[in-house]
Amino acid sequence: MEHWVFRHEITYKDKPNVWLQLLNPVLIFGGVRMANEEVVLLSFWACTFAGKVRVALAEKGIEYKSMEQDMVTKGDLLLKMNPVHKKIPVLIHNGKPICESQIILQYIDEIWPHKSPLLPLDPHQRAVARFWADFIDTKICELGKKIWKTKGEEKEATKKEFMESLKLLEGELGDKPYFGGENLGYVDVSLLPFSCWFYAQEKVGDFSIETDCPKLIAWHTRCMEKDSVSRSLPDQQKIYRFVLDLRKLFGVEE
Amino acid sequence: MEGGVVLLDFWASMFGMRVRIALAEKEIKYEYSEQDLRNKSDLLLQMNPVHKKIPVLIHNGKPICESLVQVQYIDEVWNDQAPLLPADPYKRATARFWADFVDKKMYDSGSRIWKTKGEEQEAAKKEFIENLKLLEGELGDNLYFGGEGFGYVDVALVPFYCWFYAYEQCGNFSIEAECPKLIAWAKRCMQKESVAKSLADPEKVYEFLLQLKKAYGIE
Repeated sequence: MEHWVFRHEITYKDKPNVWLQLLNPVLIFGGVRMANEEVVLLSFWACTFAGKVRVALAEKGIEYKSMEQDMVTKGDLLLKMNPVHKKIPVLIHNGKPICESQIILQYIDEIWPHKSPLLPLDPHQRAVARFWADFIDTKICELGKKIWKTKGEEKEATKKEFMESLKLLEGELGDKPYFGGENLGYVDVSLLPFSCWFYAQEKVGDFSIETDCPKLIAWHTRCMEKDSVSRSLPDQQKIYRFVLDLRKLFGVEE
Repeated sequence: MEGGVVLLDFWASMFGMRVRIALAEKEIKYEYSEQDLRNKSDLLLQMNPVHKKIPVLIHNGKPICESLVQVQYIDEVWNDQAPLLPADPYKRATARFWADFVDKKMYDSGSRIWKTKGEEQEAAKKEFIENLKLLEGELGDNLYFGGEGFGYVDVALVPFYCWFYAYEQCGNFSIEAECPKLIAWAKRCMQKESVAKSLADPEKVYEFLLQLKKAYGIE
């Protein structure tokens, strides 16, 4: 039945870029702990929260092993590493688990601060970034799900609220290339995986996000041009097929 | 509103209490501004246009919203005393995890205790106690969740203590009977001036809850 659910191990070695390799001895002296690190990510290809972590690790050039999880029959490792919530993503760094995507992102940023910092240095800007990441995790995630789970009037109301939430984010982006300013930052990494679901949501919801939020779509396209992003996130068509399967599974018919 | 620290808050809010405790721990002088949640002020709507909720911390005219974001902000700006988050990144991640657990689990199951009755209420009580037991496990034999010193998770959780009496009355159960270590921890925290001054009186919280129940039409 759940043909989209699978369980296998992928050894996913991000090749650090040439610049990083050249600088490696210098960076080791500078305290970046690249040698003898074991980084494992318990993940699921379609999971938006896991997507954030993949993008962050790729941005920082961190080698890691990705272990795709069976979300129906949860494996012993997942249950051992996240006994409280039993959910992915879980980052396992030198055998120690870190759970909850926002917490994982901040951990990654603190352990590997030298490349592609995610959070800004200024405390107020950090607070603003955390605020919007929380907004994305609560509002965008919940409303995004409801679009494909509901029908009729409830779906229309959800679409309206979803677009209002996206407009708020567009307002926060302003004229900047990224939420982080000139470079990808915490909010960009937090929103990108959810933006990979836009195509599916538009098809299922029969509306156009670009019409009302052109800047946000332009931002998504700009981000996807980055190698670290495009190879970390699933294809939108694949997500759409996944959503159609989910709707069948949940018995959502128009 | 340039300069200084202002807190837009509501006396019974557990989330507001977190911020009051953090400010008190750091000995920061601030202006407390009680908000009418049924008739939200222009200032609140201007400072938190997205969620329109308290608490809102205003520092030098700039708002910070969401209580755990505020507590981290306070810890980062006034980093010269009473550190709330530990220095080690893994310990910080663990502290953030449990504070997030409190946010995700405690408020929801606690609310269902007073909002529901019968089987639904029994299920809410059971879940609430299970969550507290997980927290008790995390506390272990430490004085505080922060170890020897009062820290981030202590700040996140202790405000719920002043709502326990109200939950117990509504749910007809004893939290202390199920989670004695946690109550001992809470009483230990209450010996700290920053906590004692910031938490609301449990009897007043219960009276407030009874009014809320009437407003929601819950018998």
